[in-house]
Amino acid sequence: MRVSLDFSAFGRTKGYEYAVRFLFGGATTVVAGLLAKHFGPALGGLFLAFPAIFPASATLVEKHEKEKKQHAGIFHSRRGRQAAAVDAAGAAMGSLGLALFGFTIWKWLPLWSPWPVLLCGTVGWLVTSFALWRIRKDH
Amino acid sequence: MNQLLFRFAVGGIMVTLFALLADLLKPKSFAGLLGAAPAVALSTLGLTIFTDGKSYVALEARSMIAGALAFFLYACGCSYLMMKFSLPAIVATTSMLFVWLIFAVGAWLLVLR
Repeated sequence: MRVSLDFSAFGRTKGYEYAVRFLFGGATTVVAGLLAKHFGPALGGLFLAFPAIFPASATLVEKHEKEKKQHAGIFHSRRGRQAAAVDAAGAAMGSLGLALFGFTIWKWLPLWSPWPVLLCGTVGWLVTSFALWRIRKDH
Repeated sequence: MNQLLFRFAVGGIMVTLFALLADLLKPKSFAGLLGAAPAVALSTLGLTIFTDGKSYVALEARSMIAGALAFFLYACGCSYLMMKFSLPAIVATTSMLFVWLIFAVGAWLLVLR
């Protein structure tokens, strides 16, 4: 299956669902900063990879898939949970890319200027995650 | 206080933008990659470089590797629980947060501290 954009998803996601993600994302950023201030960067840094919004996102994936099936007249389907499970499998591959992002920042930031390093880390995350997704899909 | 509010706003916006992109992408396994996007890290690290310097951020990034590996275990566990035992997403994803916490804090206690 090819990667594509489905703009009809705009209509399925409600305003409050984005608000929930905004709140969780903002709260995690603040908590990570506060933990680093009080307990040091070694502990605070862990929370830069905390799956803060993942429970909300997976629940929404399950809910949207269930609604799609109900709309088609199918009321007892496991499809919602399966879609959320597939989403989680994708996140597992993304998390390995996230580890590479952390490694890039850790090793390169003390040597070079910040913005190119952050950009390299982000591109590294994207390329690694995409490569792992392709390998898994092909096998 | 102002700095906390700024962090909250930047973090919230970054996470919402990645979530919006994930909603639009198909197939779902690919969109799932964005569930582990460095959204919080990009907003936090960008701000922290200005306030605490590059060495401080490099230390945070080193710990982030352990956090990301904990995320890998977490996401694999969530996927397994939902696929194999058909647990509702909210139950699987919130209960597995303990696994993330145990692995991440364990790595901090044993290696990073």
